[in-house]
Amino acid sequence: MRYLPLTPADRAQMLAKIGVPDIDALFAGVPKEAIVSRAKFDLPDTQSEMDVERAMARMASRNVTAGSVPFFCGAGAYRHHVPASVDHLIQRSEFLTSYTPYQPEIAQGTLQYLYEFQTQVALLTGMEVANASMYDGSTATAEAVLMAQRLTRRPKAILSGGLHPHYAQTIENLAALQGTVTRAPVTPGSAEDIAALIDDQTACVVVQSPDVFGLIRNLRPVAEAAHAKGALLIAVVTEVVSLGLLEPPGTQGADIVAAEGQSIGNGLNFGGPYVGLFATREKYLRQMPGRLSGETVDAEGRRGYVLTLSTREQHIRREKATSNICTNSGLCCLAFTIHLSLLGEEGFTRLARLNHARASALADRLAAIPGVDLVTPSFFNEFTVRLPQPAAAVVDQLANWGILAGVPASRLLPRDEAAENLLIVAVTETVTDDDCADLAAALKKVLA
Amino acid sequence: MNNQGRPTAVAGMAETAPATISGDRGLDHEEGLIFELGRDGMTGVDLPQTQVSESRLGGQRRKGAIGLPGLSEPEVVRHYVRLSRMNYAIDSGLYPLGSCTMKHNPRLNEKMARLPGFADIHPLQPQKTVQGALALISELMRWLTTLTGMHSVAMSPKAGAHGELCGLLAIRAAMEARGEDRKRILVPESAHGTNPATAALAGFTVEEVPATSGGHVDADALEAKLGPDVAAIMLTNPNTCGLFEPRVLEMANAVRKAGAYFYCDGANFNAIAGRVRPGDLGVDAMHINLHKTFSTPHGGGGPGAGPVVFSKALAPFAPLPLLIHDDAGFRYIENREDLETGSPFGRMCAFHGQMGMFVRALAYMLSHGADGVRQASEDAVLSANYILASLKDVMSAPFPGPCMHEALFDDSFLDGTGVTTLDFAKAMIDEGYHPMTMYFPLVVHGAMLIEPTESESKESLDRFIHVLRVLAGEAKAGNRARFDGAPRFAPRRRLDETRAARKPILRWTQKTPVADAAE
Repeated sequence: MRYLPLTPADRAQMLAKIGVPDIDALFAGVPKEAIVSRAKFDLPDTQSEMDVERAMARMASRNVTAGSVPFFCGAGAYRHHVPASVDHLIQRSEFLTSYTPYQPEIAQGTLQYLYEFQTQVALLTGMEVANASMYDGSTATAEAVLMAQRLTRRPKAILSGGLHPHYAQTIENLAALQGTVTRAPVTPGSAEDIAALIDDQTACVVVQSPDVFGLIRNLRPVAEAAHAKGALLIAVVTEVVSLGLLEPPGTQGADIVAAEGQSIGNGLNFGGPYVGLFATREKYLRQMPGRLSGETVDAEGRRGYVLTLSTREQHIRREKATSNICTNSGLCCLAFTIHLSLLGEEGFTRLARLNHARASALADRLAAIPGVDLVTPSFFNEFTVRLPQPAAAVVDQLANWGILAGVPASRLLPRDEAAENLLIVAVTETVTDDDCADLAAALKKVLA
Repeated sequence: MNNQGRPTAVAGMAETAPATISGDRGLDHEEGLIFELGRDGMTGVDLPQTQVSESRLGGQRRKGAIGLPGLSEPEVVRHYVRLSRMNYAIDSGLYPLGSCTMKHNPRLNEKMARLPGFADIHPLQPQKTVQGALALISELMRWLTTLTGMHSVAMSPKAGAHGELCGLLAIRAAMEARGEDRKRILVPESAHGTNPATAALAGFTVEEVPATSGGHVDADALEAKLGPDVAAIMLTNPNTCGLFEPRVLEMANAVRKAGAYFYCDGANFNAIAGRVRPGDLGVDAMHINLHKTFSTPHGGGGPGAGPVVFSKALAPFAPLPLLIHDDAGFRYIENREDLETGSPFGRMCAFHGQMGMFVRALAYMLSHGADGVRQASEDAVLSANYILASLKDVMSAPFPGPCMHEALFDDSFLDGTGVTTLDFAKAMIDEGYHPMTMYFPLVVHGAMLIEPTESESKESLDRFIHVLRVLAGEAKAGNRARFDGAPRFAPRRRLDETRAARKPILRWTQKTPVADAAE
C-alpha cells in the first residue's frame, strides 16, 4: 500500500523491540468480543491511484458543472473567478499539511496570515475586531446570537424575514436552547417593521443585507431601535463582494457582523468547505467565540504572532468556554486572504461594481419579459423575479435545456404560497452577455 | 560557469557570521504584513472599470474607502510563499501531535476534490444535475457506517466539535420524544475540552468522572453517577491517555440500563478503524474527524469535517438534510415539510456539509480499501508502541503498555532538572521536530502525548527516538544548554504570550507600534 512506509521486516523488528509476538498482542486491551475480522466489512480492497481516479471521475462526470452552462444560482453561495495563484499557494505543503498553530515559533506563516485575515475582515465589515474564522456564514450567525444572549443576559432573538432560511434554522437549532427565537414574516422585496418586535427581553435582532432575495436593507433604523431597547444588532452578509460597493454594517451601527466569506477565494464545492467571518466591537471581545491571532514579540524583540485570549476557548475553559469550536476554516481563510490581497482596494471595488452592473442589466432584460416582474427594487448582484407560474418547474425545465437559471425560493421556503413563483437570480463577473441572452430567451420560451 | 579564478575551497569560512544588512538570513526571509506592502491603485487582478448607477443601491452606496493595500500578482505570490516557509508541516517532517492524527495527506485527494464535477457545483442547483455528487456522498456514508458498524450517518457537521453538538442534539431530541428532561452529561476528566464545552452549549450540565490510577475511566464511579437525570456519557475510546477502555462494554450496558445514551468522541478512531466497530461497543452516536482518520488536510486549523454515525435508536432524530435513494435516483430532503418519516432535530448549518472533504476522504478510503484501513490502524498502533517501548526507560510513562495509537509520557523524568515539558518541547523544535501535544491530557502531570501515525518509516521513527533519548539524557545530566531559551533555529524565538493577552493587538492599523517601540 503506497501510503504505508513500514515493511513486513520493519514490523517484525518493531514487534520484537516491543516484546510481543504479534500485532494482536497490542490490541490485548480490547475486549475479545469487540474485535472483528476483515470479513465483516463488505468493502473493496486497496486500489491504485489510477483506478481511484477513474472511479471518481466517473461520479464527477454525472454532475452539471456551473462552468459548463449559463449559471445563475446564488442564495448564499456564489460563483466567482478565483485567480490561479490562490489555489496554487494554498496547496503549498507548509500551509496545507500543518495544523492549528500551537507552536508559534514554527507556525508564523499561519499566524501571520490569520492576523492579516482578521484585519481584512475588520476593514471590510467596518468593525473593530474579527476572529480567525468560523465554519461558515450560518454557524457564525448562530454563534453571534449566542454571544448576544451572553452579553445582554436576555433570551430572545428576532430574525428578519429576509434572513436566509437555512441560517434561521441553524440559529433555531442552537439559540432556542438558551432562549427563544422569533422569525419576522417573510416579505419578499419589501421593508419590514422589525423594530416593532423588539422588547426589553430582546437580546438581538438579526438582519441580512443584501437579504436572501437580494434586497438591500437599511440597517441604521434597526440599529437605533435595537439599541434604544438595549438589544444588539447582528448584521449578516452572505455575499461578501457586496461590501466593495455597499456601506459596511459597522458604519450602520451593527454590534456583530457574521458573514459567509466563500465568494472570495473559495469555490462552490457543493456547499462546503466555506469560511465564516465574524467581527464585533472591541468592547465585546472577551465574549467572542473562535481563535484569535495577536501580535507580540519574541525573546529577541522581533515582531511575531501567537494565538491569544485562549481563556475564552474550550481547551482551557471547558464547559465555561464561549464556544465549543476547535478546528475552524484555516485554509479557506488563507484562500480568502490571498484572493483579497490580489484584488486590493482597486480590484475589489471594481469587482463589486462589475457584479452590480451585470446583475442590473439582466434584471432589466428579464423584467421586460411579459409576465415577469422584478420583486427587489434594490439589489447588489442578486435579485428576485416573480414568474407567472411556479418557479421550481421553470428551473427544472431550463435545466433540461442546459441552463441553471437560479434558485427557486420554494427550495428554501416550501409550502409558502408567496414564495412559490419567485426565482432568485445571481449574476457575477463569471456570467457573460451570451449567458444572459440564453437565459432571457429560454425563460421567454418556457413562459410562452 | 567560468570557474577560472573563482575560489572553490571553504577553509576558514566557518566563523560566526555578522548580522546581515537586509535582516534576512539566506533562505530565511523576514516578511512584513501585506498591509505594509503595496501602493494605492495597484491590483493583481485585471478587471474592467464599470460605471454604476446609484438607483438600485437603496441609498446604501459605500462612502469611505476600505483600506486594502494594492499589490501586483508577483508581489502577492512572493509574500505568501515567504510566509509558508515559516511553517512546520507534515510534508516536511514528523508531526507527532497527539489527538490530532497528523498523517500523510495524499495529493490524489486534492486532485479529486478539484474535479469540476465536485468543486464547481452549487448546493442548490437542481438535484437531478448533481446525481454524481449525491452518489459519492452515499458511497462515503456506506463506508462510514460499515467501518463503524452503526445504523446511519449525518454528514453535515463541519468539524469534530460540530459533530459532538450534532450527537448531543440528537440525544436531546430523543429524550424529548420520550417525554424526559434529563439534564446531566457525564464527561471523564481526561476528555478533550470540546466535550464539556459542547455539553454546555447543548444546554446540559457537565459532571466529571474521575480516572483510575491506570489511566482508564473509573467505571465504578461512572456507574455510581448514573441516574434518572443523566442524559448521556461522552467517552473518548481509545481514550486520551492512549488506552482502550477495558470496561467499555460494561459501561455501555450500565448507561443503557439507566436510560441514557453513549456518545463516543471518535477523535481516536485511527487506532481501531478496520479492527473494532464502535457499533459493537454499544455506542449510540460518534463523530468521525475526516481530517484525522481519513487524511483530509488539516490546513493550518481546518477546514475539517465531522460526520456523526448513529445507532438505530438515535437515527430518527438525525438532522436535515437527509439523503435518500429511490427509483428516481438520489435526493436530499432539505425541509421538514417534505419528510415522510423521522423527526430530525433541526439543521446544523446551511447546505449539506463539507463536500470538499467528503471527496478527499473517499479518495483515501478507496485507495486504502478496507484491508489498507485496517493495516493503517495496525501500523499506527505499532509505531506508537515502538516509541513507548524505546523511550520508557529514559522518559516516564505513567501507564504501562501496550498503548493504542498514542504514547503518553509525564514529566516525572524531568524532576529536579529544572527542565519543563515546555522546554523539552521547544528543544525538539531545534532538532527539526514539531513537538508532541503538551500538557494534555490533564490527568497526568506535564503530559507529552506522542502520536506518530502510520505514515512514518522505521528509519524516521528511529531518528526521532534517538533525538528524544539524547534530549532526555542531557536534561537528566543537568545539561540545560539545549533547553534554556530554545528554540534558537526557528523563524522566531519563544514568543511573549503574556504580553499578547494583556493588551491584545488583533489587527493591523496604520498606528500599530513596531515591536521595539512598544512599552
